[in-house]
Amino acid sequence: MREIAELNKIASQVRRDIVRMVFDAQSGHPGGSLGCADFMTALYFSVMNHDPKFNMNGQNEDVFFLSNGHISPVFYSVLARSGYFPVAELATFRKLNTRLQGHPTTHEGLPGIRVASGSLGQGISVACGVALAKKMDEDQSLVYALTGDGELQEGQIWEAAMFAAHNKIDNLIVTVDWNGQQIDGSNNQVCSLGDLPGKWRTFGWEVLETSGNNMADLINTLQKAKELKGNGKPIVVLMKTEMGYGVDFMMGSHAWHGIAPNAEQLSNALAQLPETLGDY
Amino acid sequence: MSVNNLIVNGKKATRDGFGDGLTELGRNNSKVIALCADLLGSLKMDNFKKENPERFVQVGIAEANMMGIAAGMATAGKIPFTGTFANFSTGRVYDQIRQSIAYSHKNVKICASHAGVTLGEDGATHQILEDIGMMKMLPGMTVINPCDYAQTKAATIAIANHLGPVYLRFGRPSWPVFTENLPFEIGKGILLQNGTDVTIVATGHLVWKAVEAVKILEAEGISCELINIHTIKPLDEEIILNSVTKTKCIVSAEEHQRHGGLGDSIAQLLARKLPTPQEYVAVNDSFGESGTPDQLLEKYGMGTNDVVEAVKNVLKRK
Repeated sequence: MREIAELNKIASQVRRDIVRMVFDAQSGHPGGSLGCADFMTALYFSVMNHDPKFNMNGQNEDVFFLSNGHISPVFYSVLARSGYFPVAELATFRKLNTRLQGHPTTHEGLPGIRVASGSLGQGISVACGVALAKKMDEDQSLVYALTGDGELQEGQIWEAAMFAAHNKIDNLIVTVDWNGQQIDGSNNQVCSLGDLPGKWRTFGWEVLETSGNNMADLINTLQKAKELKGNGKPIVVLMKTEMGYGVDFMMGSHAWHGIAPNAEQLSNALAQLPETLGDY
Repeated sequence: MSVNNLIVNGKKATRDGFGDGLTELGRNNSKVIALCADLLGSLKMDNFKKENPERFVQVGIAEANMMGIAAGMATAGKIPFTGTFANFSTGRVYDQIRQSIAYSHKNVKICASHAGVTLGEDGATHQILEDIGMMKMLPGMTVINPCDYAQTKAATIAIANHLGPVYLRFGRPSWPVFTENLPFEIGKGILLQNGTDVTIVATGHLVWKAVEAVKILEAEGISCELINIHTIKPLDEEIILNSVTKTKCIVSAEEHQRHGGLGDSIAQLLARKLPTPQEYVAVNDSFGESGTPDQLLEKYGMGTNDVVEAVKNVLKRK
């Protein structure tokens, strides 16, 4: 397993990629992307057993589904940095004829993407389908999915939650980006999530909680989640994250959900994020 | 070809054709998975479940989730068939189909029963008449609306070997079975009768109504060419253009809204390639209601006499 320090270096580079991509396109979603940079780095560089040569069917490897597709910058960065496609391609994000569409899609054939996402609430259902298929095929690998917390306001999430528990889909680890923010304000202002751990528990899930911006905590919790596989219950990891984490002026509110920095803000952000693997 | 040569072998529901086709697939194709949203008996999926319990997924009353699960199954290399009513297979889950299935190129077969007014007494909440339009607008979606038990069974089996998303639409009522000896190929229309005065193109349950109408019209000396279009998308343009070149007028007949159905697809084709007078037999911008299938077809302008009248009207416009 990679050392925590090394993972933190990768996460710093991923954050640089995120703000540079969004600046260059002058559009995109930096807030949630930055908040999930540690988790996505942990997943792709330590936790998952996956093959960057990429087979769509994902047989005998762990697979991941990004349900909150708007944080595509962090997804594209970790995919490129782990070898799914050339890092230089990150420069095409959100531009005409790119494979790196605003929201992830299989349509342009970008390796690493298995389903389109962006219209919220659909990713856990898709992950359930893959997890069930793996069980049918006696494939021992795991299925991961990430959703936003505001996304939990979508009804389909709870359809999938009920289904997964009923069918004992215990090779599925759902992670929630619990940053408390969404476009129009905080979750509590828009539509409170209430007792989130309790909700998942009463739906029949194993519930773990962790900081989503502390690499050691993340790795430990995700390791525990993996060990719960096969116990007859689906697993959810609620990750307390901070939107915009790593760039001080993007933290503390929902303001940077979906806007791009200007040149001055970009250089301010980059000054806070050491270049560790080399910019694209 | 003449409709008088069609061999009618009793009556069965198109949904029974789906159930029997699915049973056959269960025996011959281990990749086929059946998913159902609490309508096992209505969709005639019981036998598949009995023979392949490990490949049957009961999703419960959660159609959006079912479409996502199907997309995931297809990602993993399975061939999922979803089963619920046509209303809940399309309008209720349009965005899930659009994003997770159509845009994502997933090999999902969306199998939809109880389409149209012929589901009868349940009324307009369940009588979807817009589904063909919604589904044919999705890029890459194949749309098939078979006309009887035998054609539905053949279509069910055929779509398993077709790579890509498919919408298969069928219905509830017991209906004459008359295509047992006819070949089925996705995208190929079937010539049921040669004629010279008018082309009638029909799909789904309305094919039988058109057969009945042709017999009446022929007795009055009107020579009808009757084409069964089961695959609305991609449309068999050649069979329609060849016929209309000869007859110079056309009637389309379907159990669907006039807006967005087969008739619209034909009109678009003819406007581009061969402008031709056309009359529609279809629902005219209305919801249905409770009643028996035949009562409803008649009240909403889709009975045998409506086909006859449409032919007479279009002949005047030649």
